[in-house]
Amino acid sequence: MTAATKAVRQSLPKLATGIPGFDELSLGGLPANRTTLVMGGPGTGKSMFALQTLMGGASKRKQAGIVVAFEEDISAIMANTASFGWRLPALAKRNLFFMNAQLSPTFVQSGDFDLGGMLAMLDAKQEEIDARWVVFDGIDVLLSLLRTPRARMRETYRLRDWLAHRKITAIITTKIDGETTSDVSYGFLQFMVDCVVRFDRRLEQGVPLRRLEITKYRGSAFAPGEYPLSFGASGMEVAAPGIVEVAQPATRERVSSGFPGLDSMLGGGLFRGSSTLITGAPGTSKTTLAGKFAESACRRGERTLFVSFDEGGERIRRNLTSVGIHLDAHVKSGLLQMYSGRTDAVNPEEHLMQITALILEHKPRCMVIDPLSAIARTGALSSARAIANRLIYKVRDHHITAIVTALVEGDDPLAEAAELQISTTADTWIQLSYLVRSGERNRALTIVKSRGTHHSNQVRELVLSDDGPALVEVYSSGGEVLMGTLRWEKEAEEKTRALNRAAESSQKHRELQFAEADISARITGLQLDLERQRAALALYSHDDAARRVSSGERTNELRRLRGSNGEGAAAVSHKRRTARRKSISTGNGNGNGQERRRGN
Amino acid sequence: MATKRKPKSRARVGTTTVVTMRLYVAGRAPNSVKAIANLEAICSQYLQDGYKLEIVDVCEHPRRALDDGVLVTPSLTKLSPTPGANVIGNLSDTSSVLAALGLSPALSA
Repeated sequence: MTAATKAVRQSLPKLATGIPGFDELSLGGLPANRTTLVMGGPGTGKSMFALQTLMGGASKRKQAGIVVAFEEDISAIMANTASFGWRLPALAKRNLFFMNAQLSPTFVQSGDFDLGGMLAMLDAKQEEIDARWVVFDGIDVLLSLLRTPRARMRETYRLRDWLAHRKITAIITTKIDGETTSDVSYGFLQFMVDCVVRFDRRLEQGVPLRRLEITKYRGSAFAPGEYPLSFGASGMEVAAPGIVEVAQPATRERVSSGFPGLDSMLGGGLFRGSSTLITGAPGTSKTTLAGKFAESACRRGERTLFVSFDEGGERIRRNLTSVGIHLDAHVKSGLLQMYSGRTDAVNPEEHLMQITALILEHKPRCMVIDPLSAIARTGALSSARAIANRLIYKVRDHHITAIVTALVEGDDPLAEAAELQISTTADTWIQLSYLVRSGERNRALTIVKSRGTHHSNQVRELVLSDDGPALVEVYSSGGEVLMGTLRWEKEAEEKTRALNRAAESSQKHRELQFAEADISARITGLQLDLERQRAALALYSHDDAARRVSSGERTNELRRLRGSNGEGAAAVSHKRRTARRKSISTGNGNGNGQERRRGN
Repeated sequence: MATKRKPKSRARVGTTTVVTMRLYVAGRAPNSVKAIANLEAICSQYLQDGYKLEIVDVCEHPRRALDDGVLVTPSLTKLSPTPGANVIGNLSDTSSVLAALGLSPALSA
């Protein structure tokens, strides 16, 4: 398809409109030097489309253009587009020529007329300013003055001939309603142009939704289908999904959420430039969390934008003060800007436009939208979804760290999927819920997802007090999570148990010390006993030795005293025994030696 | 080309003032040619007292037509006396032209 598109692009020169999204849908813009028909009901954005294209051409490419305004007064056009910062009055002096072509009601019509004179005037003007663009805004108003279908046909042909013979890119806008669609000139208008863009505005559950569709593009491919469009800070934008590339810088810088507890659960805080979604039932402290984030951002000296819906900034600040979050000073210093939008019967697109304007004006680094789900309140869910997601993308494009809250009825986090469906777009998703047990409602916080970061899977309890909100670890006992009074009871119980344990332990310690002292005392006693025993033994041994010595001495003494030759007598008896053995067995040397040793 | 036509005579003195008009046409386009013819017929029938008519060809004087705020052709502007009036078309509907110029068919003799 791309090769084919390139070939077409070469053969068919196009001029970019500069309208975000449209040039992608039309693969380059409008056909150069040809005519484009823009049709749609009243208030669909036809004129804005034509003017924005012309304005882009005039200011960016310095191409002059002519606007023939049949329907709307030039001063009204200038006023309508002033908010977009287009500087049409300045351009009107140099590059753009506005021709007021409303026929005043005082005009009397008498008979047939034609466009010959007007085209002659345009010729002169084109030559004068070298116009490359011409817009016939609201050609249906002029054609309706022509009384007969034949006359309308004739003038349409005249216009076509005029355009065909000039090197000029034209945009013709026309209203469509039941009357015009049945006219032959309407069909011919569509036939004579090379490109047709149809605008549509319908009410979806009471809220206007604008769409655009390219229905014809001679000699070129284009993205088929309807695409939503909205008016942003600088004009019309077409949501061309999947064509606009998502390119955002990724950073590892962490930004505090305002809660040290939450930061640690998120592995150090929110990523700079990421968007966090907080969902929860009414009263689960979504605003408190968002407020704390805003306060901590202001304390860091970062410009912050707090967008709230259906609740004024002052009320929010008062309510946050009661939980210890003080934003007044930051509002005074200009660091914090608070914007409160009403959602009743206001188009979500207008909110997007307003918020975008605020972002451009205040240039915040951190941002809160509370609650984003409010934009879906007016009913048009599909457009609110688109707007919500575009808003998040817009915030991310500006590298703003954002917390966005969404109201979800009930505790089922998956309920969000049926609502705005922003959970897929958001980087981090925090779910706040109630845990009702033992007649109490307690706030629980869980992190459902967090891209690119480890995050705790634990449930924390959010406790609000005058000192500010805090995250408390919950008790999980027997498969149940304990909060509020139960947690408090559990904590008290735990405390008592700890005290008891401490007392028990010191008691045991003392007991052991006592036992140790007892044992060592006993050891000392035994030691003494042992020594005594040893001493006794030593004494006994000494006596024994002494006794043995004395007895030995006595024997000797006795021996000495009994006979003078005690030695000789013994030798005689020995000789006698030897002689007796020799007579029994002779030649036995061994026996002889033995006898001798024994004698010694 | 701008053409000025002056009345040939004043039939009744002091009763009416001179009507000043300007007709914008586009060359020899059928509607423009018709308009000139229709207006001349009306003038000769109902403005015998005198009138001033200037015919401006837009094809020749587009800048002037632009400045005068002309949109379509043919287009007739009554400049004086007040109130002024604008009539577009080939002026084939005589009664509406007369009404716009502040003339009534009864006034004619």
